[in-house]
Amino acid sequence: MSATTEAPPRPAAKEPPPPPAEPRRLPRWAWALIVIGVWILVWSVTKGQDTLAIAAREHTEVQDKLTDFRDSVLASRDTNPVIQFTYQLGEWFKSLVDWFQRMISIPDFPRPVPQIGWVGVTAVATWIGLAVAGWRIAILVAASFVTFGLFGYWSDSMDLLIVTFVAVAFAVLIGMPLAVLLGTTSRIGNSIINTILDIFQTMPTFVYLLPIVLFFGIGASAGVVCTLIYAMPPLIRIAGHGIRSVSGTTIEATDSAGQTRSQRLRKVQLPMARKTIVVGVNQTIMAALSMATIAAYVDSPGLGQPVLNSLFKNDVGGAFVPGMLIVVMAVMLDRSTTAASEASEKAARGGVDMRQRRIVLALTAIPVVVALWMSRYYTWAAEFPETELGPKLADKVNSFTDWFVDTFSTYTEWFKNVITDYLLNPMQDLLAESPWYVSALAILALALVLGGVRALIPTVICLWGLKFFGLWHDAMITLNMTLVGTVLVMILALVFGVLMARRKAVDLGLRPLLDAGQTIPPFVYLIPMLALFGPTRFTAIIAGVVYAAPVAIKLVADGVSGVSATTVEASRSTGATAWQEITKVQLPMAKGSLVLAANQGLLYMLSMAVIGGMVGAGALGYDVVLGFSRSEEWGKGAAAGISIVLLGIMVDRIARAAADKDEVTHNPAKRPWWRSAMG
Amino acid sequence: MTTVSPDETTTATVGADSALSVRHLWKIFGRGGDKIIGTPDAELSRAELKEKTGCVVGVRDVSFEVPPGEVFVVMGLSGSGKSTLVRCLTRLIEPTDGDVVIDGEDVTKASDSQLRELRRNHTSMVFQHFGLLPHRQVIDNVAYGLEIRGVGKKERRAKAAEVVELVGLSGYERSYPDQLSGGMQQRVGLARALAGDPSLLLFDEPFSALDPLIRRDMQNEVIRLHEELGKTMVFITHDLAEALKLGDRILIMRDGEVVQIGTPDQIIGAPADEYVRDFTSEVPRSHVLTLKWVMHEPNGDAGDGPVLQSDQIVRDAARVVLDHHGPCRVMEGDKLVGVVDDEDILRVVVAEEEATA
Repeated sequence: MSATTEAPPRPAAKEPPPPPAEPRRLPRWAWALIVIGVWILVWSVTKGQDTLAIAAREHTEVQDKLTDFRDSVLASRDTNPVIQFTYQLGEWFKSLVDWFQRMISIPDFPRPVPQIGWVGVTAVATWIGLAVAGWRIAILVAASFVTFGLFGYWSDSMDLLIVTFVAVAFAVLIGMPLAVLLGTTSRIGNSIINTILDIFQTMPTFVYLLPIVLFFGIGASAGVVCTLIYAMPPLIRIAGHGIRSVSGTTIEATDSAGQTRSQRLRKVQLPMARKTIVVGVNQTIMAALSMATIAAYVDSPGLGQPVLNSLFKNDVGGAFVPGMLIVVMAVMLDRSTTAASEASEKAARGGVDMRQRRIVLALTAIPVVVALWMSRYYTWAAEFPETELGPKLADKVNSFTDWFVDTFSTYTEWFKNVITDYLLNPMQDLLAESPWYVSALAILALALVLGGVRALIPTVICLWGLKFFGLWHDAMITLNMTLVGTVLVMILALVFGVLMARRKAVDLGLRPLLDAGQTIPPFVYLIPMLALFGPTRFTAIIAGVVYAAPVAIKLVADGVSGVSATTVEASRSTGATAWQEITKVQLPMAKGSLVLAANQGLLYMLSMAVIGGMVGAGALGYDVVLGFSRSEEWGKGAAAGISIVLLGIMVDRIARAAADKDEVTHNPAKRPWWRSAMG
Repeated sequence: MTTVSPDETTTATVGADSALSVRHLWKIFGRGGDKIIGTPDAELSRAELKEKTGCVVGVRDVSFEVPPGEVFVVMGLSGSGKSTLVRCLTRLIEPTDGDVVIDGEDVTKASDSQLRELRRNHTSMVFQHFGLLPHRQVIDNVAYGLEIRGVGKKERRAKAAEVVELVGLSGYERSYPDQLSGGMQQRVGLARALAGDPSLLLFDEPFSALDPLIRRDMQNEVIRLHEELGKTMVFITHDLAEALKLGDRILIMRDGEVVQIGTPDQIIGAPADEYVRDFTSEVPRSHVLTLKWVMHEPNGDAGDGPVLQSDQIVRDAARVVLDHHGPCRVMEGDKLVGVVDDEDILRVVVAEEEATA
């Protein structure tokens, strides 16, 4: 084709006609400012009217209907086949967890202790660590398990592990076939699965809980189910992506040898995608751990419960110890799965002497069996001896917190007040104190300006839904916290992301911290923030910022360092300053990553604004918590949950549409002609 | 001149003893592509058809025969449809219309299991980007074809070891592909193709990704293997020098169509059109043309000069002709077909000098 295409005839000596003058169009941000300006004007004369604020114990009709629905579901428990099925499933999960609990964490009547005591469990876990990932991990595992016991949370730690692993087992069992489907089916099947995964991933963790409790009851069953649902999408998505991106040439080459479909899957696609699949499993385990912690809200056993109880009492020290153990567990699981994948890679490539390995494993199995036996017959090996370490540490933390707050409260207060007075309050006034129709119109206008017509339809639907479920005022307050938090996240992301991309040393120093930050369940972030700022919405915002920052910073850093080195070099050769280089080359070219970072920031913030409901963040999060704790508030809690989902979908769709509308980011070939004429 | 006439009766008889026979093969990408063939739209150029229907012609009405043991080269620039053509042969890409017959079996009508049987036992293919399995050692990459046929581990490894030695990779059986250089990786690809002992080898630009020196080695390797094993080969390339070096016959493609099919000297000596002439203008003609192309009618008496064969390459005959005063006789077998003198030889050589100057 290309051989015969000729170069277009060169224009004659005559000058080409000058390009028509660029149509005078305002950029998007200017339109957005205009919309906000008008909004402020209207707000100044109408504020306080029709805000749809409702009192704490007030319900709307829709919310009462939701409560009625709950009641009718509960009433039909014995007749409705769907409920019967889900309850049975829940019972089954519960008995599974219960069995494991009696094995390793709670007394198995008539024994006063579990079947296997702490020495046995630790020995087995250490041995597994040795077998799958080597002696370093074995030491890490042993140290982690001993730590759980030393601080007095043996039983809770084991419960959390059990719930996590039961959920992960089922997530892998269900998720892998779906991942294969996603990796091998046509585009249509793909987009269906992807849309479903999108919806699940935009939903803040918290929102899963209410409907699941309704269908599966509270306790371990709900814990397993919601953990399972939350943890599955990363596996499906990542493993599916891995299978799909197996080199087409290799598939073709092996197809040409006459393989069957199942041979292709077993011998080519799965082995070649193995690394990615392991990453998916790692992500699933981490997601499961974080959800299993939050599942404490629905009385699922585990370390989340002591954290939650202490948070409710504002007991920072009491929350700190189990919170720290959650982090220990997260690090242990993350490091072991990563090391296990590296070790198996090495073994698969013949880098390990299999005979020697078998001998080592067989020899080390002997003390493990001894430990198991002892832990069944000696009390000291069955029950972790009580120590004062946990309470002592809690006291220390409390006194440190008191000291810290006393000493630095002027600064933290100042920081809190500045943000609150100059950002949080004015924006909240505008969003929540405008008449609802004014806010709705303004949001619509902004969606149209930023995301175009594509953003308009989802925004209309979501706004209508927010109005319908009767928590408009609370939704606006939550939205405001989310937006403010996202602004702070983006400031951090830009500063540190650009620094990381431009300075190797910063990257090396910061990245491990960010990686560690990403493995910590969000829940845990609330503890130190609560200590610093007390129970206010500000606590939730800062916890959210800390929670969302790692992912946003990494996205920006990767985006900026992904900018072609040649382009940067070219700009440097023209004598651009560092500032010009950042603002005129690196950031514009990394725009796609910036938008993605903002989008992730929004969703993370929203999820934290909700979890923070119990530490004084109020609004929708509080409504959900209330729905858990008070039967008559169930409908309102459910409405709040739905409103959160609607908010999430709305901000996600607007951000995505805004990113897509920016054609230059996505398709350089589609640049407007006047720009390509200049370049 | 050798362009296969699409005469049904002759192709049928030729097809029976051909290693590969391709008749009226079409591939049109895009929705409704199959409905275009046979309509006036099929006559449109690629660009016009794209404009009108949104479909793109990959292969347009291609027919050719490859006798057993021949090296048949398909040559064309990128986008000419040559890679699509070779993939249609074993239906890695499903052809839209036409027939492909390999070893007497109609590939286009084969069921899935018949097709697998054909791919396992009759054909194998070497790819530009190797397509090796990174998680397997060389020996198991080579044995892959045998493995999926269900050959036992011991047997297939023994067979694979033989082939690894044949392609000169002894000592690297336990290496992983990423530990080998590009040339060595392609040797693995070659070994994998040979391990199943296919009757037909397909090469899709196998050496395009290699350095020039290694490419030359690999070309010589293919020539050596062909001499040793005598397998039928279909070789895709965009490199004219490679085509001339390896091919017994060459098919030149453009925009999915056959432009010319012929032996190297036919392509150079009698280009079918301007496109081929342009294409081949840089080739040193004396390296390709045979005496048949430069000799002239004997003017009455042929004289008693040295005897040369008509299929001798000009370059190889030059010294004899230039050393001898007067014309040399050119024979085809025992029959005198013409004479060559210094001027005939020099015309070819000097024309080249001018072209390069």
